[in-house]
Amino acid sequence: MSDVLGNPTIPPDASDSLAVLEKSRSTAETFGIPLAVLLEITHRCPLQCPYCSNPVELDRSGKELTTEEWKKVLSELAEIGVLQVHFSGGEPTARKDLVELVKHASDVGLYTNLITSAVLLTRERLSELADAGLCHVQISFQGVEESLADRVGGYKNGHRKKLEVAKWTRELDLPLTVNAVMHRQNLHQLPDIIQMSIDLDADRLEVANVQYYGWALKNRAALMPTVAQLDECTRIVEEARERLKGRLTIDYVVPDYYALRPKKCMGGWGRQFFNISPAGKVLPCHAAESITGLDFESVRSNHSIAWIWQNSDAFNRYRGTGWMKEPCKSCEFREIDFGGCRCQAFALTGDAANTDPACALSPLHEAIFKQAEREAEGDTNRFVYRNFAGGTLESGNDA
Amino acid sequence: MAGPRHISVSETSRPVLPRHAKLKYDETRKVWVILAPERVLAPDEIAVEVLQLCDGERNVGEVSDQLAAKYAAPREAILADVIVMLQDLADKGFLTEAREKTS
Repeated sequence: MSDVLGNPTIPPDASDSLAVLEKSRSTAETFGIPLAVLLEITHRCPLQCPYCSNPVELDRSGKELTTEEWKKVLSELAEIGVLQVHFSGGEPTARKDLVELVKHASDVGLYTNLITSAVLLTRERLSELADAGLCHVQISFQGVEESLADRVGGYKNGHRKKLEVAKWTRELDLPLTVNAVMHRQNLHQLPDIIQMSIDLDADRLEVANVQYYGWALKNRAALMPTVAQLDECTRIVEEARERLKGRLTIDYVVPDYYALRPKKCMGGWGRQFFNISPAGKVLPCHAAESITGLDFESVRSNHSIAWIWQNSDAFNRYRGTGWMKEPCKSCEFREIDFGGCRCQAFALTGDAANTDPACALSPLHEAIFKQAEREAEGDTNRFVYRNFAGGTLESGNDA
Repeated sequence: MAGPRHISVSETSRPVLPRHAKLKYDETRKVWVILAPERVLAPDEIAVEVLQLCDGERNVGEVSDQLAAKYAAPREAILADVIVMLQDLADKGFLTEAREKTS
């Protein structure tokens, strides 16, 4: 019972009394409603992280769903069998109605998680969120050392504020996850990030290496780690997992550029996951809008969320294996990794139906790997900060 | 504040699900689940029954007494199974222990 969730339907291994709920083979083609849904309730954020997972084209506040629209979405999600919702963004606390939304989610029986940069929270507001039924808080950290962390986030005194909010979180008896996005410029701080998580009394640490789409792809030369750095990172995580068993759970996401096999992105397109954008689009992945030519249905349309999940063209386009071209089509791993990530395939090859170049069988794999290696050894360190203007280059000089 | 973070389950411990782990019947999938951060666990029937008895008041011995009586099964075997299951849950961070009563 230790996998991340997002797996549809029906119980598991009968020999495990506490197995993770996941799909059984016999239901693999039915696409049951996901257990958890990511709600990106706004794209507004005071931070400007250069690897932000939001699309480069951000939704302006005028396009955001209203309080009533989000409440209707929450009720509908609970009704169709979603069990958990993650309030995310942008920065979800930038919405004035967050407490009201969390309260409504709790009222309809959803388990609620807040994914936050924490810098806008006061102790009073966090306490209101706890009273509204919030079940779990995840705070992002950009490093352990103030100057680097604040530089990565592009937000002065942000790190200090995060530490303070993390402390309040535990004082309010809310479980805490530390989310640390790792890249070339902060990987050397990993051991200290693990210690910081212990000191903050966190339950869980996510060591998430940057995934290179959208903003992160713009910043790849400044972020890409070396192979040696990554090997060291994996070694540190494995050692810490063993040492801290029962004390701190560590989830580990590796970047796929240096792998030979692509990741099973989102558990396969339209199989286990969907998210809802600030403007109400129902998406197979938070980067999906980067793929042009796909039409995503909105919760503002006449269709129910369950209909969109089951029947919309965007969800069915890359479901299963029927859409595949070679080398995926005849590949023995096609049902295992579903050809990797569609957004990455689109970003790097111009066609989302191509094999993700993270796969060694992609004709582009070698070239991309070599390029990433060169970038990792290079001295481009300046970031392009994420903002509504399409990005701003960090001032100063490289190296 | 919650009880201790990492507990070692024994006959005298009085375990309880922490606030961030919620036992719930999922009407859509017709199955009991434990909701936890980034996890959904599917406890089997016995685990559900044990967890429903773990209210922070009863100790593990008392939980086992009840199950042994209900199923007319040997108490020692049940106790051993209950401890293994609860320790598994504790190791994964989804079980805590009620503090000593101060009253």
